[in-house]
Amino acid sequence: MPPTVEQEKELIARILAGETNLFHDLIRPYERMVYLTILTMVRNEGEAEDAAQEVMINGFRHLKSFRGDAKFSTWLVTIAMNEARQRLRRSKANVQESLDEEKEEREGDFTPAVLTDWREIPSEALEKKEMRQKLREAVEQLPPIYREVLVLRDLEELNQEETAKALGINITLVKVRLHRARMMLQKMLAPYLKTAAPPAKTGLFGRMFQ
Amino acid sequence: MKLECKHVWEHISEYLDKQLDTALLQDIENHLENCEVCSAILDSTRNILVLTADNRTYELPVGYSERLHQRLEKILREGEPLTH
Repeated sequence: MPPTVEQEKELIARILAGETNLFHDLIRPYERMVYLTILTMVRNEGEAEDAAQEVMINGFRHLKSFRGDAKFSTWLVTIAMNEARQRLRRSKANVQESLDEEKEEREGDFTPAVLTDWREIPSEALEKKEMRQKLREAVEQLPPIYREVLVLRDLEELNQEETAKALGINITLVKVRLHRARMMLQKMLAPYLKTAAPPAKTGLFGRMFQ
Repeated sequence: MKLECKHVWEHISEYLDKQLDTALLQDIENHLENCEVCSAILDSTRNILVLTADNRTYELPVGYSERLHQRLEKILREGEPLTH
């Protein structure tokens, strides 16, 4: 069970008062969140682990600056996201990516893929390891500005306000980017979401449009 | 109001997040009842979200937690001042 806000506040007060060893307990519920936030952004396991450690150490060193107006988890994920963004910016590969990103924002096609021979996806299909692999690959391909929103909202399950706060953007932008990110994923994954059902009998799927 | 498919697609994300106002929600649900294309898009998107939140989709490296706490232990023991 995750600690309550009150329990966390007390823990933080004690750490600041000198019981530094309690910091282990404070961060334990968020180890996964911090690592995955960074992993999905930098896309390298070794670097993500190193960065996650740095984030936790920075969290300890700057614990005094945690004011308690946000949740501790939001505060921590903000540090994690900033670390990830910095590392992305530093990596050379990103030069090309940020150019692509701007193009994407202007000309992107954010309509979903129409599945003509789609039937309800059997739950076994979603259980498959391969499907999870495909999803990770698709997430990796999202431009960073969309990836970061998707990761916080749909992977870490932060709410809109928390996501906006962690990314330093407004809620409207969170909503727009999340929608686009989800549509891009749907488009990329549509081929794997089809069942083995035969194609629809209608020659033109346009017929089914209203 | 009769909605076009394209219009429904623009609201899929808000629909899944339950953020639509009642009138639009009703229009979209009416449309979905009669439109296989949009229902398929909605269901596939919903499934992607289920998969994203699934704990098995992303796994932690073996020993991650141990290594993290080991490194922290050093920092905590050195008792570095909590500045700022």
